[in-house]
Amino acid sequence: MSSQREFLRCSFRAMLRSRILENKLSSLYKAGKIVGGVYLGRGQEAVSATLGTSLIQGKDCFAPLIRDQAGRTAFGESMLDCTRTYLGSVEGPMKGRDGNIHRGRPEKGMPAMISHLGAQVPLIAGMLFAKRMKGVLDGCVGATTVGDGATSTGAFHEGMNLAAVENLPMVVVVANNQFAYSTPNHRQFACTDLVERAKGYGFSGHSVDGTDMLACAKVIGGAVRTARDGGGPQMIVAHLLRLSGHGEHDDGSYVPDSAKGGHYGRDCIEVAMRQLAEGGYAAVNEILSWQEEAAEEVQRAVAQAQQEPVPDPYREDWTALSTKFPLTST
Amino acid sequence: MSVTYIDAIREAQETLLREDPRVFLYGQDIANFGGAFKATKGLSDAFPGRVIDSPISEDAMIGLAVGAAIEGMRPIVEMQFADFSSIAFNQIVNQAATHYYRTGMPIPITVRLPSGGTPGSGPFHSQSMEGIYAQYPGLVVVTPATVSDAYHMLIDSVKLDDPVLYCEHKFLYRWLKSKAINGDHLPIGQARIARPGKHATVVTYSAMVHEAVRAADRLQADGWEIEVVDLRSVKPLDLDTVLASVARTGRLLALGEAFPWGGVTAEVVAKVTEEGFHLLDAPPQRLNARDTPVPYHPKLWAAHRPTPESICDALRKLLSF
Repeated sequence: MSSQREFLRCSFRAMLRSRILENKLSSLYKAGKIVGGVYLGRGQEAVSATLGTSLIQGKDCFAPLIRDQAGRTAFGESMLDCTRTYLGSVEGPMKGRDGNIHRGRPEKGMPAMISHLGAQVPLIAGMLFAKRMKGVLDGCVGATTVGDGATSTGAFHEGMNLAAVENLPMVVVVANNQFAYSTPNHRQFACTDLVERAKGYGFSGHSVDGTDMLACAKVIGGAVRTARDGGGPQMIVAHLLRLSGHGEHDDGSYVPDSAKGGHYGRDCIEVAMRQLAEGGYAAVNEILSWQEEAAEEVQRAVAQAQQEPVPDPYREDWTALSTKFPLTST
Repeated sequence: MSVTYIDAIREAQETLLREDPRVFLYGQDIANFGGAFKATKGLSDAFPGRVIDSPISEDAMIGLAVGAAIEGMRPIVEMQFADFSSIAFNQIVNQAATHYYRTGMPIPITVRLPSGGTPGSGPFHSQSMEGIYAQYPGLVVVTPATVSDAYHMLIDSVKLDDPVLYCEHKFLYRWLKSKAINGDHLPIGQARIARPGKHATVVTYSAMVHEAVRAADRLQADGWEIEVVDLRSVKPLDLDTVLASVARTGRLLALGEAFPWGGVTAEVVAKVTEEGFHLLDAPPQRLNARDTPVPYHPKLWAAHRPTPESICDALRKLLSF
């Protein structure tokens, strides 16, 4: 990204597009137009978008998780990939075979998440490992995000340790949104702050206020730069609050009012809007026009996906292998 | 000069490393140490940077392999023992196995599983996991029983674009020898008649092929001619060869070293019953290991898995109908 101004404007636009898209997804879910579930990144956009903006599609790899609509958008995922996957269009990357946030474009450096937490950590490490073997690792970064809950898994531990043993240019962002589904931090881990774990793994550790876009740009953007420049693996713990339920089926009533009314209960998009205006990075009129553009883009992406065919079980190629057996003798 | 089963596995990996720059080996103690069973002995010197020691992290080992495969590599992961792949189960069945169906991009990884029992190995170094993995869509599961198959099937596994669980039997490692690596080089997915016969068919795979042939040799003295079918790969399963054999003999014993509940032998019996019921002159039988963990003591271990004696008993029962 050429300048801080451009970086912040790109990050914010991704946040805005993500929020408006997700609001629409929520409405579609409540209207019964989306089956399965809808999982929002509301409140986590600043963290996700600044990470996505720091990465270069076509060079870096990025394994987004459940609350990374903003990061996906910033990394270059089309809005249609999202609406097509949520609405089950056969034109989408998952063709109705998988849904919602379980989507990706592995050939473009963005693998499709599985639901099992921590699993993408070694996967990204493997992508970087392969780039090194192919001699194309220089200047590349691999990134993934997890929540506070994923840090309790064995997969996370194994993946972090392995990435550090291989000294890979990897950035792991832990979005500590205080609740893993309904489980609060004090039932998830006993250390004072998850960033303490970075040292144990052999990662450089950073903390950031996840509701503060400027701070995220500095800390997350800085960590990505450090990894890119050969500074080894980086772990960032972003402190924030999930401003929705786990999914749209969940009202999140277990989140106490004190948390909602506290510092991390503030909306990162409102904070960012003020930061852009006050810093002279974008005028209010400009922000409003971005908002309108995003709303139109969302309408188009939803309308198009809704018009497209859904999978036909009678035409589905019911095979899980690319190899066609029987093979002929060799 | 002779070639053992483990020599063939080592040779195959050497061939693959030499011929395909996308191939690398990843596993615990496989570099300078050459692997717990020496399947990679000398390879890290011959191919610097391509035979790599991993931490003791089976989940992350497969996660890394899947990521590398996305980037166009062809990793071979050595599990030190098949038993430890339970730690990698999630990455194998959820990450690797679902990837092609979900995204259209196949994951060409080969996971070597040193499988099956040897005397004294006990509950956690003796397991046969093929049935568990075969249950999942999106995986190929091969179980070579011969030196030639150990070589060719490993090479063919790595050439497949899909994830392969390559189940190599530890009991065969040094016991099974051949003059050279040759053989018929059948493709993966095709079974072989390991021993022709006409009175009953034993369908089996891996080390049990040899136990079945021993049992068949013993029954020969009583005038019984037992056909032994070596499945070679349990998924895909070559039902045509199995049914053709059952058509000749009218009797089926499905034999395996894995635990008895479900699994490969149950699948063979179910498929033959479903598609070849009219070919059967007797109720199809199954013989597996016992329904306990694999015991440590050699005397218990030897009686836990099928033996030529127990196979003969099962065949006599089958032939008495």
